[in-house]
Amino acid sequence: MNHLSIFVQYVGQYIKTRLTYRSDMVVEIMSDLLFQAVNLIFILVVFGHTNLLSGWSKDEIIFIYGFFLVPFALFSTFFNIWDFNERYIVKGELDRILTRPIHSLFQVILERMELESMFGVVTGLAVMFYAGSNLGLTISWYDPLLFILFVLGGALVYAGIFISLATISFWSDSRTDIMPMMYNIGNFGRYPVDIYNQIIRYVLTWILPFAFVGVYPAAFFLDKTEWYGYAYLTPVMGIFFFSLSIFLWNIGVTKYRGAGS
Amino acid sequence: MGKYIEMIRIRFLMMLAYRTNYYSGIIIYSINIAAYYFLWSAIYGAKEDIQGLSVIQMTTYIAVAWMARAFYFNNIDREIALEIKEGKVAVELIRPYHYLNMKTMAALGEGIFRLFFFSVPGMFLVSLVFPLQFSANPATWGFFGISILFSFVINTQINLMTGIFTFFIFNNDGLMRAKRVVIDLFSGLILPISFYPGWAQSGMEWFPFMYISYVPSMIFSEGFVGQQVWNALMMQGLWCLLLLVPIQVLWVLAKKQMVIQGG
Repeated sequence: MNHLSIFVQYVGQYIKTRLTYRSDMVVEIMSDLLFQAVNLIFILVVFGHTNLLSGWSKDEIIFIYGFFLVPFALFSTFFNIWDFNERYIVKGELDRILTRPIHSLFQVILERMELESMFGVVTGLAVMFYAGSNLGLTISWYDPLLFILFVLGGALVYAGIFISLATISFWSDSRTDIMPMMYNIGNFGRYPVDIYNQIIRYVLTWILPFAFVGVYPAAFFLDKTEWYGYAYLTPVMGIFFFSLSIFLWNIGVTKYRGAGS
Repeated sequence: MGKYIEMIRIRFLMMLAYRTNYYSGIIIYSINIAAYYFLWSAIYGAKEDIQGLSVIQMTTYIAVAWMARAFYFNNIDREIALEIKEGKVAVELIRPYHYLNMKTMAALGEGIFRLFFFSVPGMFLVSLVFPLQFSANPATWGFFGISILFSFVINTQINLMTGIFTFFIFNNDGLMRAKRVVIDLFSGLILPISFYPGWAQSGMEWFPFMYISYVPSMIFSEGFVGQQVWNALMMQGLWCLLLLVPIQVLWVLAKKQMVIQGG
């Protein structure tokens, strides 16, 4: 319960600081929308030159994208740790984190959350309903339940991957520029994995399992029965990768030696 | 001049000290290009070419676009914003150099480092696995070299402008993110400009973004030939000069109404 009340306190503080710089907040929400539009434009432009992407139609690809936006919004709201190395390790800020009476990762999450990213859930649902109605999809009673489960699983997969990457900084405090490119690799999970060759498909399924934040769970709602097995695995993968990252974090924190001043 | 060259050298050495992690970056980069290759192969399907680019040219285009990005990309807008927020900029301004020039030189040092320790080995690795098309014509390489220098200047100028904006709006994260998204989309990094519908293309001609990534990548993959190359390079040069004006105006205004927030 202690964690919950701290969380609520931080949310309150967060809203206050955001309201101080209102113009920046508006620009930030706009830039999020723009970011979501970029990928949509990519899909639209590409389908201006072709009708099918290895058997998947434009609306199906758009639907996958809409689904992807929801777990991604959750992820970017709470796990904003792409600059963890610069912000906490190089500057020695982690010293301060470690003196706090709650788990260090939880403290970092509290400090770095960006609640306005939650707006992506709305965009994602809008895109899904748009594409879904074009495809004539129907909603069964269990669909919303599975949707929530898949979304949580997907967000945990993302969180797991990025926390694991952030823990590298505990062992080596040099800068890596792999985070932005990792975001880009995340995009490939949104396309039907059968277009890739064996190696890439394997990587996207088991090593950097971004396919579980896009095509696999979305295929369930698109009634692609051949992918159901993978779709059901989504929450399992999420829990596994997230636990792995916590495990790595807990070891890594003990290796932190403190840099900066 | 000497102090600026020294800045390039210092930043280069600073990056060199931390070079090991760049090797992991190369692997991630290779996965990235590989996935693009298959994605574009699927998009092409049975088609020979789209908008005059074959699938091999397309892969070359994407691979080069990301490699060139390693050179022209920098975070000086974030550095400037942070220094303004922490109040360090006050000290920077009384030092005997031009603040913006110094930032540009630091960015160049970083760019040169990434070019040699990331782009070149990465490109070599990727070309072993995937069918990329390298031109045998030394002129193409020369033009490409000039072109990415211009890309660096234009991208850095845009970064400087975004950075200076922090003087006026204090918290600048949203604007910086918007800028990054706009550049990714309209510079031709993820899609060649020629793939967009006609009205969008003619709209983009009024902005400097396509001269950051589209032009060098098209020159390298030989999507541009002959007169087209010259025209593109001239436009790049023109934008470099043109963008100096808003930077100067913003800089003068910023210095006048500067508020040091901390420090």
